[in-house]
Amino acid sequence: MCGVRAPRTAWVAPEFLGVGTPRNYLDLALRRVTSPFWQIEVEVRLGIPDPEGSAAASALAELGLPNSGALHRRGYLLHGGIPRRDAERAARELLADPVSDRWRMRRTDESPFDTPAGTRRIDVLRKLGVMDPVAGSVASALRTLQIEPAAIATFRSYEVKTGASAQAVRAVAAKSLANETIEELRVDERDLPLPFEPDGRPFRKITIPIRALEGDALMKLSREMSLSLNRAEMESIRDHYRSIDREPTNAELETIAQTWSEHCKHKTLKGACDYREAGKPPRRIESILGETIVRATETVRRPWCLSVFVDNAGVIELDAERAVCIKVETHNHPSAIEPYGGAGTGIGGVIRDVIGTGIGARPVASTDVFCVGPLDLPENKLPKGTLHPHRVLRGVVAGVRDYGNRMGIPTVSGGVFVDPGYTANPLVFCGTIGVMPKSAVRKEVRPGDAIVLIGGRTGRDGIHGATFSSEELHEDSQTVSATAVQIGDPITEKKALEAILRARDEGLIRSITDCGAGGLSSAIGELGETTGAEVELDRVPLKYAGLAYDEIWISEAQERMVLVVDPKNVDRVREICREEQVEMTVLGSFASHGRVVLRYKGEVVGDLDGKFLHKGVPKVVRSAVWEPKTAEEPAPPSESELGALLLSILRLPNVASKEWIVRQYDHEVQGTTVVKPFTGVRRDGPSDGTVIAPVYGSRVGVALAIGLNPRYGQLDPASLAEASIDEAMRNVVCAGGDPDRTAILDNYCWGNCDKPDRLGALVRCSEAARDLAIAYGTPFVSGKDSLNNEYRVGGESIAIPPTFLVTAMAVIDDVARCVTMDLKQPGNLLVLVGLTKDELGGSHLHLARGLGLGKNPPRVDAVLGRSVLHGAARCIREGWVRSAHDLSEGGLAVAAAEMAFAGGLGARIDAAAVPLAVGTPDRADLKLFSESCSRLLLEIEPAALPKVRSALAGVPVAVIGEVTSQNQLSVTLGSKELFAIGTEDLRAAFLGGYAENGARP
Amino acid sequence: MTVKVCIPRAPGTNCDRELEYAFERAGAQVELVPLARLFETKEPFGSAGIVAFPGGFSYGDDVASGKIFAVEVQARLQDSLLRFLDRGGLSIGICNGFQVLAKAGILPGFTPGKQEATLAHNASGRFEGRWVTLEALACRAEFIPAGARIPMPSAHGEGQFLAFDDATLRRIVDEKLVAFRYVTRDGEAPAPYPDNPNGSVLGIAGICDPRGRVMGMMPHPERNIAFHHDPEWTRRSRSEEGAGMVIFRRLVEQARRGE
Repeated sequence: MCGVRAPRTAWVAPEFLGVGTPRNYLDLALRRVTSPFWQIEVEVRLGIPDPEGSAAASALAELGLPNSGALHRRGYLLHGGIPRRDAERAARELLADPVSDRWRMRRTDESPFDTPAGTRRIDVLRKLGVMDPVAGSVASALRTLQIEPAAIATFRSYEVKTGASAQAVRAVAAKSLANETIEELRVDERDLPLPFEPDGRPFRKITIPIRALEGDALMKLSREMSLSLNRAEMESIRDHYRSIDREPTNAELETIAQTWSEHCKHKTLKGACDYREAGKPPRRIESILGETIVRATETVRRPWCLSVFVDNAGVIELDAERAVCIKVETHNHPSAIEPYGGAGTGIGGVIRDVIGTGIGARPVASTDVFCVGPLDLPENKLPKGTLHPHRVLRGVVAGVRDYGNRMGIPTVSGGVFVDPGYTANPLVFCGTIGVMPKSAVRKEVRPGDAIVLIGGRTGRDGIHGATFSSEELHEDSQTVSATAVQIGDPITEKKALEAILRARDEGLIRSITDCGAGGLSSAIGELGETTGAEVELDRVPLKYAGLAYDEIWISEAQERMVLVVDPKNVDRVREICREEQVEMTVLGSFASHGRVVLRYKGEVVGDLDGKFLHKGVPKVVRSAVWEPKTAEEPAPPSESELGALLLSILRLPNVASKEWIVRQYDHEVQGTTVVKPFTGVRRDGPSDGTVIAPVYGSRVGVALAIGLNPRYGQLDPASLAEASIDEAMRNVVCAGGDPDRTAILDNYCWGNCDKPDRLGALVRCSEAARDLAIAYGTPFVSGKDSLNNEYRVGGESIAIPPTFLVTAMAVIDDVARCVTMDLKQPGNLLVLVGLTKDELGGSHLHLARGLGLGKNPPRVDAVLGRSVLHGAARCIREGWVRSAHDLSEGGLAVAAAEMAFAGGLGARIDAAAVPLAVGTPDRADLKLFSESCSRLLLEIEPAALPKVRSALAGVPVAVIGEVTSQNQLSVTLGSKELFAIGTEDLRAAFLGGYAENGARP
Repeated sequence: MTVKVCIPRAPGTNCDRELEYAFERAGAQVELVPLARLFETKEPFGSAGIVAFPGGFSYGDDVASGKIFAVEVQARLQDSLLRFLDRGGLSIGICNGFQVLAKAGILPGFTPGKQEATLAHNASGRFEGRWVTLEALACRAEFIPAGARIPMPSAHGEGQFLAFDDATLRRIVDEKLVAFRYVTRDGEAPAPYPDNPNGSVLGIAGICDPRGRVMGMMPHPERNIAFHHDPEWTRRSRSEEGAGMVIFRRLVEQARRGE
């Protein structure tokens, strides 16, 4: 957290080291800074809100630490080499607000600040190597004031009014105020620890003898170097070095390991397997992805698909001049360990994917989806070494908020899914869409082009992040993975974005990609796959001295992009970067020899054959088995329970309002949001899809929505795939999207696919996804998988529920035709489109009753489903529909309830009018709560009914009720009243669900 | 004569493009200028009629929102900005731009360069994005459409208006520097939370300087300029233009008259 002065350039701040020493830094020669620091502490004046103090007080109280309030202080350490008057001026003119703050200062060799009686002082400082963006900003602002301390660090401090012992305070603070993976926590210590700074170390080229190794010795090497390579892969590498008659350098081995990692190569999904399913002959699948997801896209052959599966994001046509691209990533393991940093760097990473698509796209909207364990889980039920789901959710929301808001990208869509299966291994999905000129879709690399690194500096951050994410979590993950966890620096990314788009618009960029997993090794490796590249590693700007060349090459430090620039344009790119205050460095050039050559201080430290690197990974054939589950359907509820059950379902976290999350996101920045996440008279009705109009002055729009149903997947992965695709499609159609211009994107989060049952479920899911996508004529344009989502405790390994998230993006020619889900006009008809079936398996009715999963999860009738999507889209386009809502979690009853309170109106519904599929038991609970797919509830004016019926010919269309001006939802079964609930009660259940389930913002 | 608008962009500024679009719709010619270039330009606001400080998270809101940008304005732009205002130039700061103008001592600007007000943390303690209703008051700034009630989004974590002391607050009110206040959707004041989204004293949402040439506000009029911005546009017949446009039109109109 403290740092030494960086090489001086006009705007680059010194970077900052820390006070603790996580394992990964022990080999650096560390030197404790012995000179004193100016310690400045800023607090709000009396009577002015202190949100962080109040939040700390309640967080401590929630965990059982009695206290009567806490005061928060922002702490700054400025190197003592500057005179006292400068330090005071820094406090007065920069660090403290003259209206709302007061401050105090001491030098660290002077007597400590008093801690008043009856209070405990808690200090939280960053550990060594953990990013401190605030310190960087402070340094740059102080330079403006002509104050230049050699090192700056920040910390936070709390003064808690409590009678509890320091030990008790420490125990509770460790669970709420600090994350000891990245932070040092101190309670009532007289003094702050002085920071470390690294002392550098001499350069030494390291080669690894591998040619003589066999079997176990190869595996030992793989483990010791954290390569995460299997035996066949290690043998293939050894054979390669035997054939070229030398030993590899460490950088070469690490590059191969990164390039071949599951995270980068997707060996499992792109690989082959032998698949068995009960009652069917076994068969060989040569490439799981190739024969399912990719096959679907090849089969539907949509001409508006401009770039699929090859770039950092999938690209489709938006209008005559523009394209829109989309990517959704996961950032699960880092978020499990440090939710705030994990989610923030997750969104930062997917934004870079979009910036790095074609020759650069402007991010225009983001999505986020979180899967977490039960929010009311008792502390004593928490698996060892895991964070409480409530803390995970609060942290990931804050992480997405702080990164997305600072980037100025509206976070418009998302979801939260709660299931006990995610307690130890939560999932964080971050998605971004971007807009670019069509001419920017193609990228190329020519021999001689400059390799330009732009953005943040390189440290030891995230080294082995790719291999970490490819491993199972375990109870010690929390303590040993400090460098896999990072804190994002959105402003650096924003500066890089603006510089890149200016350079793109001036025609200065030939190609671009982001530094993600594998860092420079994979970014330059991919760009130079056919040309080869020459890289000078000692040119890479570092956060601190002491990094070895191989660490520079594989570091996953955030906020870095690699540009391919014609040498004649380099100076202009440099000038733009100077104006945008972002650092840029020419690292070398692309070649024509097809090799990746790494130099450090003039010496070759790596020379890799591109062909071996990218094509040399040996193929394996995995084994996959899927067996149907045997399950029982619980006894149905009585009719008298149905009203109370509706309220219970509305309170379930999967259904209840996420407004407390969404309002923390700036979902309207850029001024493009057309259908907002919440809608209706009180802006609390949950939209199915959200719509943005990303081009100023144009009415062309993009609808964005998700589908996610992990409960169904526990019964049948085919249902998971179909329901997720169908739900995402219904959602974009309800907002006004065109199903013929809809692209989808897949995200698999799965257990360990070396285990045949996990892989079998994945194959079944993928084939169902392919078949439905083909039937719907809907291409997948991109995707990402995250395997090994398992948690090992004791001897047992527990997989997450199979999770298949589908994100749909639909183009809309005229956003003025969009509709929202809130009821508009008393007297209008409520029309149910689609067929209801005996499909309560995995339903939220069963969940609300505490009866497990049941038996029959929803399946999609592709012919009917396609007709529903196209017919409904036509009705909406023609303006015959006043409001539309899809039926998903909680079925018809939940959809009707949400439409009613959102519109500030009531509804009368007759369940007897609900069309049932042949053979479906005629039961009210099924009609109201079945989660059968391909169903929508539409509000139409009575005169529009014949037109709606004809547009939906072949689809069951039933008038099941009408909009009323009474503030209640009244549900009958023929002449019998089932229940009538006031819309205020429905709204209260929906809005209060999270608070009742233990979530606190 | 076309009015020129200069929009300074700091690292982390992010509402510049929608602000540019709003001014373009109002008939102005807009230039987005990176701060680094402004610092190097001899008379950075030379030909502009309006200088508009946009929203966003300049320098990440590090230290406090708008603070570092404000320090840079004080150190490097204050003289040229004051010269620009002296010759009749107009300026607006929205959200982060208001925070910058307040912390640089441009607003209220009784003593130019001295900070007399601030935007503290919201009373709710967190960032919130929601629509609010503003009432425009009769104030020193001519371009404020007194009496108008304008809905627009508010999206900030630090927007609670605080004056240095009671005397300063009284002076702001007495000298008619309050340009906007939060009201309920029905137009009533004082508006409770969440209609007043941050707990600002007297519901103050925006203020101007004593000469009526500079105005800063927390909510975002540039996010209510098109039909689809209105959160209830699917519920009623549409107007082609959002209610926030009036502010930009009047600003540009006054700048044109001034030239």
